[in-house]
Amino acid sequence: MLNHLPILQVVIPLLAAPACMLLDRARLAWLFATAAGLATFAISCLLLYQVQHSGPISYALGGWEAPWGIEYRIDLLSAYVLLVVSGIGALVLVAANTGVSREIPEAKQPLFYVTYLLCLAGLLGIVATGDIFNVFVFLEISSLATYALIAQGKNRRALWAAYQYLIVGTIGATFILIGIGFLYSLTGTLNMVDLAARLPAIAGSHTAYTAFAFIVVGVCLKLALFPLHLWLPNAYTYAPSIVTAFLAATATKVAVYLLIRLQFSVFGEGFAESALPLDAIFLVLGLVGVFVASLVAIQQPNIKRLFAYSSVAQIGYMIVGMGVGTHTGLQATLLHLFNHALMKGALFLALAAVAYRLGSSDIKAFRGLGRAMPLTMAAIVIGGLSLIGVPLTVGFVSKWYLVLATIQAGLWPVAVLILLGSLLAVVYVWRVVEVAYFQQRPAGLAVVKEAPLALLVPTWLLVIGNLYFGVQAGFTADLAGSAAAALIGGAP
Amino acid sequence: MMLVAHYNYWVVIALMMIGFYVVIVQGNLVKKLIGLNIFQTSVFIFYISVGKVAGGSAPIYDPEVTLYSNPLPHVLILTAIVVGIATMALGLALVVRIKEAYGSVEEEELQARDLEAEDAQQKENQC
Amino acid sequence: MMSLSPQLAIVLALALPLVGGAGILLSGRRPNLREGVTLVSALALLAVVATLVPQVLAGERPQVTLFELLPGLEIRFVVEPLGMLFATVAAFLWPVNSLYSIGYMRGNNEQHQTRFYFFFAVAIAAAMGIAFAGNLVTLFVFYEVLTLSTYPLVTHKGSEQAMGAGRTYLGILIATSIGLLLPAIIWTWHLTGSGDFTPGGIIGDSLEGPLLVLLLLMFMFGIGKAAIMPVHRWLPAAMVAPTPVSALLHAVAVVKAGVFSVLKIVVYVFGLDTLRGAPGVELLLYAAGFTVVAASVVALRQDNLKRRLAYSTIGQLSYVVLGAAILAPLSVVGAALHVAVHALGKITLFFAAGAIYTASKKTEISQLDGIGWRMPWTMGAFAIGALSMIGVPPAAGFLSKWYITMGAIQAGEWLALGVIVISTLLNAAYFLPILYQAFFKAEQGGGKDHGEAPLPAVVALCFTALLTLVVFLFPGVPFELASHLGAEAQP
Repeated sequence: MLNHLPILQVVIPLLAAPACMLLDRARLAWLFATAAGLATFAISCLLLYQVQHSGPISYALGGWEAPWGIEYRIDLLSAYVLLVVSGIGALVLVAANTGVSREIPEAKQPLFYVTYLLCLAGLLGIVATGDIFNVFVFLEISSLATYALIAQGKNRRALWAAYQYLIVGTIGATFILIGIGFLYSLTGTLNMVDLAARLPAIAGSHTAYTAFAFIVVGVCLKLALFPLHLWLPNAYTYAPSIVTAFLAATATKVAVYLLIRLQFSVFGEGFAESALPLDAIFLVLGLVGVFVASLVAIQQPNIKRLFAYSSVAQIGYMIVGMGVGTHTGLQATLLHLFNHALMKGALFLALAAVAYRLGSSDIKAFRGLGRAMPLTMAAIVIGGLSLIGVPLTVGFVSKWYLVLATIQAGLWPVAVLILLGSLLAVVYVWRVVEVAYFQQRPAGLAVVKEAPLALLVPTWLLVIGNLYFGVQAGFTADLAGSAAAALIGGAP
Repeated sequence: MMLVAHYNYWVVIALMMIGFYVVIVQGNLVKKLIGLNIFQTSVFIFYISVGKVAGGSAPIYDPEVTLYSNPLPHVLILTAIVVGIATMALGLALVVRIKEAYGSVEEEELQARDLEAEDAQQKENQC
Repeated sequence: MMSLSPQLAIVLALALPLVGGAGILLSGRRPNLREGVTLVSALALLAVVATLVPQVLAGERPQVTLFELLPGLEIRFVVEPLGMLFATVAAFLWPVNSLYSIGYMRGNNEQHQTRFYFFFAVAIAAAMGIAFAGNLVTLFVFYEVLTLSTYPLVTHKGSEQAMGAGRTYLGILIATSIGLLLPAIIWTWHLTGSGDFTPGGIIGDSLEGPLLVLLLLMFMFGIGKAAIMPVHRWLPAAMVAPTPVSALLHAVAVVKAGVFSVLKIVVYVFGLDTLRGAPGVELLLYAAGFTVVAASVVALRQDNLKRRLAYSTIGQLSYVVLGAAILAPLSVVGAALHVAVHALGKITLFFAAGAIYTASKKTEISQLDGIGWRMPWTMGAFAIGALSMIGVPPAAGFLSKWYITMGAIQAGEWLALGVIVISTLLNAAYFLPILYQAFFKAEQGGGKDHGEAPLPAVVALCFTALLTLVVFLFPGVPFELASHLGAEAQP
């Protein structure tokens, strides 16, 4: 059994999905889905343990050996991302029953769990697989499930947002497919390790550069890197709140993983530089994304939209870390991958709680909420402080490594810009804080109680995670450091 | 000549551009999906045409045939076609729901209806 | 006297205020119990801190490492003379401020008192963390905690004005700490591989000339709590808070944390020798000197009593920075001593201002004619505090100014000397008229008939005024700690 963990990681949620359809009752479907989610998380923990102790795991699907068969390859980086995705997936499921109860009709909820599990399976598959076409397949599985998840939002704009994302996402995926096609026509293999071995021989050819360009653009569409981010705010705002919590903490992280995997494991570090000044492009686009998104976030009246733009900014930070091009920079990106999942997961779950009680995410609805829903607002405050990068939260850890990486690389202006971006975060976080704590609840509105435990507990688990990993960052920092070292060849 | 010999690539490029153009320029949601489909099809043709081995037959096992075209792209594209169909199905389902919710499938009208709804909301909030 | 291991004492110094804070939250419904918890925690803290003093004076440097925040970055505490001085001041003034707060908050029927006492306790814990910080990261962590825990205190009233003041407060302090202080710390870490505070500094040769001064300026302006112009605007803005908060901000914790950090970084991260002779290091002197004089000039034009005191604070704080910038061991002694002395004097002045408000609801200086006869104890204490600010015997302010002046003469810094002289005259110009009005002008008609402020408030302010006189006569512990610092600054 333990030998088959890599495939079980993906198969369990994949098979659980149609099973949910058979269990037609909402409650049952939820329980079953949560059980599957928890099992998935347990598997990812075991995988991490295995990888840390015995090195990368290679699993041949169906007994067909690589490079002819599809290989699942779990190394430190994959195990790390699997942990994040399955952890968030499971935790959000725990909150899902209550979270969707007011946004999705009960008769349709089993179908919600079906799409959720499909999305989870797809995301996990992208991370676990070692075959590049398999990546495309799982990418499309997760994307299709995502479009369906977003479309389940109450507001009719959710449909439009889902459609837009469908168009943009499919174009991105097709670009990736084109890139894969070029690579295959050059090397004759689809296995990522094999590709890495064969690419240096043909690295100078235009085809290879074109393949790289197509793949990178396609992945950046999925990443929501500025200026390819336009689908994200609508998608996050109009999707059901639980869906936003899940997506914000996982989907873009997996895309970042894919970019890292392609750039470092498949194409090799030197490749990108010889083709385009990719590092410089990432630095510029990342930073512009941070500033533009933060500035737009400051003006948003809808809090979900505000934090959606904040997500675009945070992704910008991750790309800046890659753009620095050093070991510490990559470590910072990987750290922020984990930390941002914690931050945004907590924030959007808290927002789900607010949406549950108030039915709205407009900033006007937040007036006086500090007194009416103290624990929920406290969670939002701590998440906000983490976004700003206050010490003792995970956000500080990410910022430290990111700024350190830029200073080590001598990129002083970038360091300054990163910190200025944090100051913008102060402005938009404080908008929410002021409305919640300084304004009175308007008279005549219904009395609002604190969020139900089913939503509060997962939110606070993530908040405590924020604080714990902000104070004991050794575990994540070392893990990120080792993963980065394995990718970038060691020396910082 | 090189140009004529690589006619498959020209077909691919032509279809790709047509598809892309339709997606971006067309305002009708269904037409956008059709453009998307054309775009995807161009990629399918790309893979298949690249997999053709000169003088090889279709990659279906036959004891008398010695040279086959590469079967792998065919397999990959079968998968991709399925993905494309699923995408179309989902896209069309969304269009049906949009039509029900908005009464139109033209992008401009959707945006106009949304703006109207927003204005009405704001007026309501102010009253 | 129980024997408390120094490591335990350090941990207790941080834990006690936090435990007290929890106790305050729990006893929120019973105000007397709640106030009791505050006072007990405060006195317990003082006792714990007191046990560390003899050891530090004997030359020991107790230390404790709590945990690793990030690989290579530890939360570490080391008690050395300057930190001991700051901790003693804060621990000493907490019970005094609490006593005063009881009188003020009850006398003015303030709302949300539990929240007030709770965040006060957390702020004190943060101040202890800053005082005992053994490296730059620990300092930064507790510095930010201090900013965040004092925000609810500054915006206590919850009004539009309070919210706006809170924005200025938070905005300036966070902008400087994240924008300047944090990169300076990371840069130092990158250069030296550690951020540990070491006598003689750790920068050594790793930075040359202009870059060295750039790093210094990043630190100085990054420490917004030291209120060097132009990052001083938060101080007058924060005056909207109730007076005990102003006392906390100006005397006990916040500004002291600022100048303490400045002094500590100059002595223990850069080292006086490293800085001496670096091209451009006079910029710090100019910035401090300018702040001293400009703040005093602005103070002259303020009619609101608390605002005048706010600008006085800005000027007095830059005395400490000036003392550091002169780069002479004697002036460093004076600077350290000024931390303690200014605390005593300023807290007296703020207590008096609050007492005046509580008793008569008057806030403007022009309204204070003849109030000296209605509130003799309060105004008497005010007079002593004012003398300390001006730097005149028999008030303790004279001592610290003397040492800074001596240091300036020793180092040949004539500009600094000029600044001290001019500012002394300006201080007199804006304090003495208040006393004159209070005692020698007839009261304007139509005012409220009132007597002294509530008893706890009066007791507190008389106590601190008395201390100001006592410290002049018996400089004792503060002076010894300051001298030890001077010795360490010149190893």
